[in-house]
Amino acid sequence: MKIRCIVNGEQTDLETAPDRRVVDLLREDLGLCGTKEACGSGECGACTILVDGESRLSCLMIAAQLEGKEIVTIEGFSKEHLHPIQEAFIVHGAVQCGFCTPGMVLAAADLLKRNPAPDRHEIRRAISGNLCRCTGYQKIVDAIESLARAEEESDE
Amino acid sequence: MSEVALPASLEEVYAIRKREPGAAVLAGGTDLLVRMRADGKKPPVLIGLERIPGLSGIAIQDGVVRIGPMVTHQNLLDSPVIRKHLAVMHEAAQVLGSPPIRHMGTIGGNICTASPAGDLLPALYVLDAEVEISSPAKKRVVPIATFITGPGRTILTGQEILTGIRIPIPDPGYQGFYRKVGQRRALAISIVSMAALLMVSPDKTVRSARFAWGSVGPVVMRFPDVESSFAGRTFGPALLADVGRQYSERIQPISDIRASASYRKMVAAGLPLKILEQ
Repeated sequence: MKIRCIVNGEQTDLETAPDRRVVDLLREDLGLCGTKEACGSGECGACTILVDGESRLSCLMIAAQLEGKEIVTIEGFSKEHLHPIQEAFIVHGAVQCGFCTPGMVLAAADLLKRNPAPDRHEIRRAISGNLCRCTGYQKIVDAIESLARAEEESDE
Repeated sequence: MSEVALPASLEEVYAIRKREPGAAVLAGGTDLLVRMRADGKKPPVLIGLERIPGLSGIAIQDGVVRIGPMVTHQNLLDSPVIRKHLAVMHEAAQVLGSPPIRHMGTIGGNICTASPAGDLLPALYVLDAEVEISSPAKKRVVPIATFITGPGRTILTGQEILTGIRIPIPDPGYQGFYRKVGQRRALAISIVSMAALLMVSPDKTVRSARFAWGSVGPVVMRFPDVESSFAGRTFGPALLADVGRQYSERIQPISDIRASASYRKMVAAGLPLKILEQ
């Protein structure tokens, strides 16, 4: 079937099986391999994307559901320069093997949009759907927390 | 391959299901798509309900909160109506799945999946929720406890579809609580879960207490005779410990991959005391 949607800011026409998993569509058809697949059952968050600005799991979505939607993957999250969230992950050493990072960054983006000044507890809740098998959670929380503080200071 | 339809009206849903009785109804997909992949089975048609306007929204009418079945768990959390009038549901939605699961999964899906561990279900039972079932022929309204008949089983037949959830707003004197124990905090399928509505007067006398338990039987369990025995007693740790003891004796959980029956009884005995933890 034909699907019309916006992928990373660009109007995109897709021709695909209607029940194709979105993670496969992104990785295999569009070459957007920043979206990872680990569990394939909604438990790990590696395949997190933003759909109309909200975090969703691309392994639990099918192509037909994208019609008319705006999708952002890690490749399109910030085009020219790294996004402040990505900068913060680098500064705080929040990346080990990197496999969970795209999902973590997009989960953080969803959080900061809803709550610009989260505390550590709220940050931990917000990334609770994303597994880091290197177990580098402290530094990931540090990275996100640094942005919350920056936000608070700029408000004052 | 499954054909996928995203109809804009219930009439279209009925037409597709008439043409294709094996069609599966897709709500948020957080259970169905996992199960389809695990089983390696694909229905001839998947009917996604996400673009039917009448199936979302939360509204109050005549003292009843009406919730569309396609309302997501995140919608429940964001709703001032739910937070104010149905706090027990707000608490249940908070500990359901993970943020992206809450963005995708729906209340209607949680009900129709009919897992004894479904996190919204004890809240719906303790609130005496009713569900609206629609078909081309008629609409009927039944209590949630009638709707769910066993693990993964409901009374839906033929072309019937869940089209609404109705929850009478409890007396504002009630406080709602949801407590669960799983293997971890996030993304945990409940080992035991409990929803409670308590009305306690200023002198700590219990006026009314209702409890519904998840993951301790084939369906969510309530025991009216046990509930009625708490009225008149003094609220506090001693009472809650006794509540736990009574339900622990009454429930008949099974052993499965998550926990043994005896462990579930132990957890149930302690769960009411967690009401005192914020």
